[in-house]
Amino acid sequence: MTLSGAPARCRASSAFGWNPDRIALALVAVGAIAVAGGGFVSLAPNRLVSGRPVALWAAAGIPATAALALIGLALAGIAATPPRRMRHYAVAALAALLLIAVLLAAGTAARDLAAGAPPLARVSLGAGFWIAAAAAALAVLDGLQRADAGNFVRFLVGAAIAAAIAAMAAGGWFDALSLAREYASHRAVFGTALTRHVALVAGSVLPAILIGVPLGILACRRKRAEGAIFAVLNLLQTIPSIALFGLLIVPLSALAVAAPALARLGVGGIGAAPAVIALILYALLPVARNTAAGLSGIEPTIVDAARGMGMTERQIFWRVEVPLALPVLVAGLRIVTVQTIGLAVVAALIGAGGLGDFVFGGLGQDATDLVLLGALPTILLALVADFLLKAAAAALRR
Amino acid sequence: MPRPLRLAASPLWWTAVLFVALLLAMPHTGALFHAAFPAAKPPVYARASFVELFLSQAGIVATASATASALGIAVAVFVTRPAGRDFRAIADALATIGQTFPPAAVLALAVPALGFGPRPTVVALFLYGLLPIVENAIAGLETVPGAVREAAAGMGMTGWQVLARVELPLAAPVILAGIRVSVTIGIGTATIGSTVGALTLGTPIFDGLAGNKVPLVLQGAILVALFAIVTDMAFARLERRLRPPGAAR
Amino acid sequence: MIELDRISKFYNGRAVVEELSLTVPTGALCVLLGPSGCGKSTTLRMVNRLVPADRGTIRIDGEAVDALPVAALRRRIGYAIQSTGLFPHWRVEDNIATVPRLLGWKRGRMRDRVTELLEMFRLDPETYRGKYPHELSGGEQQRVGVARALAADPELLLMDEPFGAIDPIARDSLQGELARIHRETGKTIVFVTHDIEEALRLASDIAILDRGRLAQFGAPLDLLEHPASDFVRDFVGAQGIGLKLLSVRRVAERMRRGETAEGEKVPLEATLREALAAMTVHHASVLPVADGDGTVVGTIALTDLVR
Repeated sequence: MTLSGAPARCRASSAFGWNPDRIALALVAVGAIAVAGGGFVSLAPNRLVSGRPVALWAAAGIPATAALALIGLALAGIAATPPRRMRHYAVAALAALLLIAVLLAAGTAARDLAAGAPPLARVSLGAGFWIAAAAAALAVLDGLQRADAGNFVRFLVGAAIAAAIAAMAAGGWFDALSLAREYASHRAVFGTALTRHVALVAGSVLPAILIGVPLGILACRRKRAEGAIFAVLNLLQTIPSIALFGLLIVPLSALAVAAPALARLGVGGIGAAPAVIALILYALLPVARNTAAGLSGIEPTIVDAARGMGMTERQIFWRVEVPLALPVLVAGLRIVTVQTIGLAVVAALIGAGGLGDFVFGGLGQDATDLVLLGALPTILLALVADFLLKAAAAALRR
Repeated sequence: MPRPLRLAASPLWWTAVLFVALLLAMPHTGALFHAAFPAAKPPVYARASFVELFLSQAGIVATASATASALGIAVAVFVTRPAGRDFRAIADALATIGQTFPPAAVLALAVPALGFGPRPTVVALFLYGLLPIVENAIAGLETVPGAVREAAAGMGMTGWQVLARVELPLAAPVILAGIRVSVTIGIGTATIGSTVGALTLGTPIFDGLAGNKVPLVLQGAILVALFAIVTDMAFARLERRLRPPGAAR
Repeated sequence: MIELDRISKFYNGRAVVEELSLTVPTGALCVLLGPSGCGKSTTLRMVNRLVPADRGTIRIDGEAVDALPVAALRRRIGYAIQSTGLFPHWRVEDNIATVPRLLGWKRGRMRDRVTELLEMFRLDPETYRGKYPHELSGGEQQRVGVARALAADPELLLMDEPFGAIDPIARDSLQGELARIHRETGKTIVFVTHDIEEALRLASDIAILDRGRLAQFGAPLDLLEHPASDFVRDFVGAQGIGLKLLSVRRVAERMRRGETAEGEKVPLEATLREALAAMTVHHASVLPVADGDGTVVGTIALTDLVR
């Protein structure tokens, strides 16, 4: 075992031997085992009971299975060639193709199974599907990472895959899936829930910025205040969300009783008010911490130089400190947004609405696909916010 | 300061005493809650003792976090060795992407696979808890300076000796910070776990929310908040103690 | 004795060390010298197998380094590097005792050895043994780093630019101490540097490397007086070569025995360069030379320097 200080050299020296894309190979193997293990989809007599697993070949037929196997083999074959930039792109492209093929197969499987089953029967996505799809998605990511693709290329690939999936969905390819049928039966409320979720997030993150940034500046300027500010914010962040929601019920319902005008505006022990207040409190720590970190991370010599050139304190703040601290602040914003999207799910428990309604509603009815109808868009929202804000921070760093 | 005095001055100690006192005293506060919320019946959660609820929740979190710590550190060690270096980027990406998943969604999705009861909660906490541990353990192991590793190898330490005597002790505070995040999230998610049948201090909260009984919500919320705060403070203290005395941080 | 027998090392098919053969006699202080990227560090690291050689063999006292388990080999060879690589979580005492502990020494023996080494490096044992590396200055850290390399009394000491990151004053005193310890212990030392002055000051033998090949091997004076190629001539420095020559010759070679003079005494072991400096400072064209006891044994004059 070589533990030298030059890992790059060690890796390069193995260029003499076989140097496949071990990750892509491992992912293909994982996907193949998951599909071969059966349970690509599951068939249940109705939406409230759990189904029995059905293998890919039994559900979608031999040709679809063979097509998936062929793409998988091609991916493994490419992954085993010598490492070149083109190989990494080829891995990403084939993996994207495999991902779409897995989705197509799921649609076919659902349609064929549903065609031979009673109308109340439901076809859900099984462990085999999820693992195969996740493996393919990770292989796309791995290929792009190895090719050192920029954010723009990553965005294009992501958008292309999303467009393909959207086209398939719009074309009715997934209509036989239980998830799509849950969507169809909740179509009216889905839009409201989604908007509500985004509104909860925006309505919490924006005030958190307005309060948290000044707190961060204060913490950076007054070392005495720093300890107290972060001790309190850290304490708040430790409290489990549902407990904080619960603790807010009493003061807010008291407030609503005392001031009926506020109650008419929707302030009360349950509903959006405690949710938004709690989400703001949670969001304060990352915002304030990153503001302080961004400001104190600036080289003192830069500020000195600005002062030496005759800038006023106000000019130094706006023209020097703010632009330099902004990337760190945006990084904090990313953490806050992703965190708030997740916590807003829990807010459904105190009647704040949002996508959490589907998650907990589904749990209550034991309807997995209804849980998915809430969970999948939440995860997507979080991933998109994560990507966009990461890209923004990277662009600001330049 | 002599030891008893130091204990008396420690906020961790006081908070822990307060927590245990409330845990034991809560069943006897019926009169108080009845006076504040005359409509609520019963005024105090009575289906299980609060100690029982606490022990059950602590057991769930401890099981999940201990397993996640062991596996998470093992994964980080593997991807920072030459043999596993290929998998480092993907482990890191997986840990980062995974953490964008809402914990509540992970919990909800574990139910169909495992049914109601404590099991989906333990599994969801384990899976979710892995992510910050893997992320921090990789970061911690990579902060060990190359010169230190090279010197250790150059003096004839075997790979295991370098890991056990040099890398892990130096990475310990960062790894522990990951475990702390994981446990904090775990306590919060386990509380929600009572919606899927786990017995936790969250159970009175949900009973109270469902039946519009505010006292029950308050009792659960206060105890859970204190539980989380005491645990976090204990970790903060452990982190300070583990920080290598030689590290100029 | 260390023999490098036609060793080569390739990265990405490109040779960074090529067909290098070199014999370092027992007790020598051999400096591997060359510009960055010449393969000197790689060569050093092939001796304790931190980098495996692709071709050729390396023998220490006739025994091939590949014949031993790698950990056992390294425990027999002292190793000191530029940024010291001291373990930040261990006290000075534990750092120095690293290899003795790996070898399973008894506690008392380790403690005595640490005391002995700290004294050898002029660090007060009781003050320093309990300190952590971050409490030491750069020069002190480097002393501990070298002491650690010597802890288990290895027959061979490898040093990779050990004084490269230290301020000039501390470096000067460390070089002096290394020269003294080399004299006192008689260890074989292989020392990598890109600093020609450091090489001239310390080396008994210098190997100059150029793009992975041996450009010249010999005593410091040989290199200055008879450079084997333009590369060597350029590297040892065409300019200022006179001063460099003065710095490798000792007063003892040029002094006039038996004569006496007034003024500041120059030690017998001083270099001619140091004698010149003393003359310049004291505005004297001749100075007395003293032996280790301070007894005047002769004189050295300005004209003796240019003979």
